[in-house]
Amino acid sequence: MLDASEGYTTEDGRKIGGVVMEMKNITLRFGGVVAIQDISFDIRQGEIRAIIGPNGAGKSSMLNVISGFYHPQEGEVWYKGERRPAMKPYEVARQGIARTFQNIALFEGMSVLDNVMTGRIRQMKSGLFAQALWKGKAEREEVENRAFVERIIDFLEIQHIRKTPVGRLPYGLKKRVELARALAAEPSILLLDEPMAGMNVEEKEDMSRFVLDVNDEFGTTIALIEHDMGVVMDLSDRVVVMDYGKKIGDGTPDEVRGNQAVIDAYLGVAHD
Amino acid sequence: MFYREAGDFKTSYVDDNQTFPIKFDRYRYYVVLFAAFAIVPFIINDYWVNAVFLPFLIYAIAAIGLNILTGYCGQVSLGTGGFMAVGAYACYKLMTGFPEVSIFIHIILSGGITAAVCVVFGLPSLRIKGFYLAVATLAAQFFLVWLFNKVSWFYNYSASGQINAPERTIFGIAVTGAQTAPWAAYLFCLIFTFASAIIARNLTRGMTGRKWMAIRDMDIAAEIIGVNPLKAKLSAFAASGFFVGIAGALFFAVYLGAVEVGEVFGITKSFLVLFMIIIGGLGSIFGSFAGAAFLVLLPVLLKNVLVGTLGWPTDLAAHLEFMIVGALIVIFLIAEPHGLAQLWRVAKEKLRLWPFPH
Repeated sequence: MLDASEGYTTEDGRKIGGVVMEMKNITLRFGGVVAIQDISFDIRQGEIRAIIGPNGAGKSSMLNVISGFYHPQEGEVWYKGERRPAMKPYEVARQGIARTFQNIALFEGMSVLDNVMTGRIRQMKSGLFAQALWKGKAEREEVENRAFVERIIDFLEIQHIRKTPVGRLPYGLKKRVELARALAAEPSILLLDEPMAGMNVEEKEDMSRFVLDVNDEFGTTIALIEHDMGVVMDLSDRVVVMDYGKKIGDGTPDEVRGNQAVIDAYLGVAHD
Repeated sequence: MFYREAGDFKTSYVDDNQTFPIKFDRYRYYVVLFAAFAIVPFIINDYWVNAVFLPFLIYAIAAIGLNILTGYCGQVSLGTGGFMAVGAYACYKLMTGFPEVSIFIHIILSGGITAAVCVVFGLPSLRIKGFYLAVATLAAQFFLVWLFNKVSWFYNYSASGQINAPERTIFGIAVTGAQTAPWAAYLFCLIFTFASAIIARNLTRGMTGRKWMAIRDMDIAAEIIGVNPLKAKLSAFAASGFFVGIAGALFFAVYLGAVEVGEVFGITKSFLVLFMIIIGGLGSIFGSFAGAAFLVLLPVLLKNVLVGTLGWPTDLAAHLEFMIVGALIVIFLIAEPHGLAQLWRVAKEKLRLWPFPH
């Protein structure tokens, strides 16, 4: 196993740092259903970490535990070297964990720009009265954060739809806007819940490029869930494999590919 | 031809963020402002002020208030009448309790008091949504009206149970009471309406407004990106209450002068303001004005046409007026469910491209 303080170097030569987030023996139950059973894994600074598994394996539940939406009955979540107490989702967000959703969760009535600006909530602190007056602090803050948001908009190539209401956009662009909103928060960990779901090959290629570029350019740590095996194996540095709420594999894509339990879970076991 | 973005380059984010990014719009806005402040006061008489301008300006403030809560933050409220009553009674108690303080400050304080009351009645919104919240705010409506009827301290133990606005002046000019000149009452309300619209616009274009709209559009996603739902909803209730309270205070002190709470601030008032924002356009400051104008001006216009021009008997005209206004509301909502503001937006989009269709 890897040491908590030390990192490792990936095949393509990127330096991966120490542990940012560590899940220790997480168990999550819904009544009698055990969604996650005694799972531990860590996420390291700067890496792309994938969580894969067949349908109903508990991947999304795991992401929801990380983003504070579910509270596990057992186990601990450690973030930046401290044990995280049970928190509301918005408190988790303010700690620097941003995410996107499997079914897009954008604010349909607002423009793309406003949606992405909403991601800056952690950085914009002026109060109600300052905003009512507008001139001065509120306007200054708005302009500063707008400049940052414009960088993200540039980066994800959505300049042309800046002022369009999100409700009018096609699916692929919505996914991109959602990624932009999450990025605008300058997160220390970015959680992507099936970023390529429902996309065609070209859109998947675009999205993969964006994920890699984000990791490369901003050094963002990314944890993602994805069904497309080709994409997962190409993108990620390390992979956690889940099945029926249990962890059945953890390692680099090559290690996971050769793991017998993983092959059984995906391809079935031969009856002889 | 003149309604164009082309050639009007924005070189800073401040320019890009302004309320009227198109030059023509901006000039139109200045012209309207100039007319409202510098021309109208000199030409209006008592009839125009009391039948048209005062109700329009005051309802516009109330509609802005409710629009913040319902249109921007998505929390349906049927308590507007009750909250206006809070503003009115707060203003009355302040006017009679501290006669030496300026009425201007009293009205702002009434807004603040209403904001606090509104926040208290907004607490259930953290648990309940939609129609159920509407029913909870309905309780506020009935409770507040009952309270102001029941507790005689609120109307200073007067025998009639009414509250009457004493005369108050600003720079020696009466703005409340029987001696008020029409133009003074008009200007006094106009200042509040103007300020309310600017403040509401500032709140809704910044982070506060985005938080409200995020809660409205998808509250779970809003929470996950870091919006504290408690703070966002209660701040919407507070901002809404502030404007509605000011509207209530002006309605009592400047417009009516004497108020009996059940009659003036009953459930019908709540519905009237709600219809204004639905017809005008939810989530739009312009829509608040358009809706208030529609529901205040249309009956006056109809009455003038039916009685004045066509010479019909007054009682017949009064009944027909209700039917026509009702029918027009239905037709409007079928033709454009997003209200007058949306019609306005579509018209502007078409104008921008004119004379080309696309």
